[in-house]
Amino acid sequence: MHQITPLDHTHYDEMLAAGQEVRPSYQHFASWLNQATPDWLRNKQAEADTLFRRVGITFAVYGDESGAERLIPFDTIPRIISAAEWKTLEAGCIQRVTALNRFLHDIYHEQDILKAGIIPAEQILTNAGYQLAMQGIDLPRQVYAHIAGVDIIRHSDGGFYVLEDNLRTPSGVSYMLENRKMMMRLFPELFASHDITPVEHYPNMLLDTLRSVSPPEVDNPTVVVLTPGQYNSAYFEHAFLASQMGVELVEGQDLFVKNGHVYMRTTSGPQRVDVIYRRLDDAYLDPLAFNAGSMLGVPGLMSVYREGRVSVCNAVGTGVADDKSIYPYVPDMIRFYLGEEPILHNVPTWQLRKAEDLAYVLDHLPELVVKEVHGAGGYGMLVGPAATTEEIAAYRLRILEDPANFIAQPTLSLSTCPTFVEAGIAPRHIDLRPFVLSGKKVQLVAGGLTRVALREGSLVVNSSQGGGTKDTWILKEDITC
Amino acid sequence: MLSRMAGCLYWMARNMERAENTARLLDVSLQMSLLHASSQDDLLVPLDVTGSTADFLQRHHTPTPQAVLHYLALDGDNPGSIYNCMRSARENAHVVRVKITSEMWEQVNGTWLEMREWQRRGLDTRSASTFLEWVRERSHLFRGAGYGTMLRNDTFHFSRLGTFLERADNTARILNVKTKQISDNEPEAENILDYYQWAALLRSVSGFEAYRDIYRDSITPQRVAELLILRNDMPRSLRACFGEINKVLARIEGQAGRAARRRASEIQARLTYSSIEDIFADGLEQTLDSLIDDINLLGKLIHHSYLETA
Repeated sequence: MHQITPLDHTHYDEMLAAGQEVRPSYQHFASWLNQATPDWLRNKQAEADTLFRRVGITFAVYGDESGAERLIPFDTIPRIISAAEWKTLEAGCIQRVTALNRFLHDIYHEQDILKAGIIPAEQILTNAGYQLAMQGIDLPRQVYAHIAGVDIIRHSDGGFYVLEDNLRTPSGVSYMLENRKMMMRLFPELFASHDITPVEHYPNMLLDTLRSVSPPEVDNPTVVVLTPGQYNSAYFEHAFLASQMGVELVEGQDLFVKNGHVYMRTTSGPQRVDVIYRRLDDAYLDPLAFNAGSMLGVPGLMSVYREGRVSVCNAVGTGVADDKSIYPYVPDMIRFYLGEEPILHNVPTWQLRKAEDLAYVLDHLPELVVKEVHGAGGYGMLVGPAATTEEIAAYRLRILEDPANFIAQPTLSLSTCPTFVEAGIAPRHIDLRPFVLSGKKVQLVAGGLTRVALREGSLVVNSSQGGGTKDTWILKEDITC
Repeated sequence: MLSRMAGCLYWMARNMERAENTARLLDVSLQMSLLHASSQDDLLVPLDVTGSTADFLQRHHTPTPQAVLHYLALDGDNPGSIYNCMRSARENAHVVRVKITSEMWEQVNGTWLEMREWQRRGLDTRSASTFLEWVRERSHLFRGAGYGTMLRNDTFHFSRLGTFLERADNTARILNVKTKQISDNEPEAENILDYYQWAALLRSVSGFEAYRDIYRDSITPQRVAELLILRNDMPRSLRACFGEINKVLARIEGQAGRAARRRASEIQARLTYSSIEDIFADGLEQTLDSLIDDINLLGKLIHHSYLETA
């Protein structure tokens, strides 16, 4: 019997309810785990590492030319979500991304939400992510965020909360797919005893989404994946998605603009490109329109884009909607555009540009998490309860320099999930990133990327900060007890 | 296929082939230099063939076996060294990693990791032959892994194109340099030095056994030239290389390569319908010079048609 105890009762554990009782969704798994010996599990974990290294699912580390790239740790214990919970998550994600796309269309057109006074206009119009060049541009199906990665956590109250909406170039979906493949290979018996919703059709769904937003007059659109290149930390994912979709993986230098269209240089001559799934930030897309020094982009791309002769996914200028200073308004967007109450909660957020919020936060720094408005990847944040007095003092000075650049949230108790660590199986904190696709319709495969903070007690799940991943199972039907 | 991808496949294969050819040349030259230690000519041959004599002499002054070995095998500052060829092969392979098979990638990457070890340890004339043999083996493995596992599409074709264009270039150059070197020897009947030099040349292209099998006779310049220029059954001969180049060019999709295809066919026709007597009548050196120019031009046409399209 494996000894699995929750850290304490201030966390929700995905597998164990109060009093060590196994939750219904984990019951099959728990009895399987009980008859598995620790040595056998350890061997399986080692097998997974070898296989991942062989397939090359690694992420590049800057400046390392040995070719021995780093693996993102993979944990063999799955995160299981019941069918009923998934129904809520799915509906909540669809609702949220629908509203965000409506919002993006609105702020680049009529700006009704600003006129209605729901969001202060200056917060949008002076936002670094707001692209003036996008004003008045009509996009196919009025979709901006074609691929969204919504980061969700489960709080100690058992409820789901959205931590952030990633609407620019969210990554991680390749791990969702590869983790599933790995689990099926390592533990086929588990898939026979569980009814798990498949995720393998994601690349197909993505390709359909991308093709559905091509310039309207194009019959058989050519899609490409645009990568910053092999030294980007997510290059593996770019290459992976291109090959899974059966489309070309291009760099900026492979594309050029001629006679109002975008072409790629191929061995049989120039070939027209209709949809660009770009994994490159706005600033690097077109040296003529944005960062003139960028060698990664395509000169003239924006002019073709603005004329509607090529589609760029995600659209240019989506960054304004996943900015942490805009995040607090998403529930209001849902009410404003859809006339519905939000299905998924926001985490309560203090906006430090507001005097009373700033005062409260400065008084409560040791309890709070403070983040930069434009930050990502877990860099540059303060986790109050885990910080030293000196760190808090230093961070206070940073806040005071430019309060509007920060938001604060209560320290959330991310739920825990049993995880294979050196000492055996122990609870570790996790989050969840489902990938929402918007094209002809808004949809998602039943699953997502579960990230796990491998260090005991750590709440930071980002791979750049030592996080790992788990396979995420959505049960087709709930087990009734 | 993207031109950039095609370029990476082509240069991956060319660099690996170049590493092998340089290793072959070095191996034979080092052995020859042992044979008559008084002369530096044999040591200069691999430098001449790779067109790096001037650069070498500027940096090392005297061609000692140790210096030539280091310069051509490990020198990170010599863009044509085996070390840099393998590095470039690996860099190109990394870009097309999802296009090539995993066996092929593992070959190239593994080779590069071992190559760094060799460079770290350094080489002397005693460890040289082990190293040079290792280079040849890695190149065989690379080609074998590719030939044995790759789908026969443009990914395969551009990689093969790089291999055979580089090989043709090398065979023409090595023959050219040797021809010039041998014609400088004292004109004595049955010159014993000539024999060793032609034999060394044959060995450097794995042609010694082939020569004996085919001609069963003493080594003459005319037969060596015939074997390396005109024999279709000799895998490193110019004609065999151009047979492959033409086959590959014909299979590449699209019509972008007309000029390259035409040029390659012309060269192929000349090699197919020439006799060695014609070539000697025109002068072996002149024939080889013009073949080297042709190969160079064909390389440019391939670039222009496929690899740097506008």
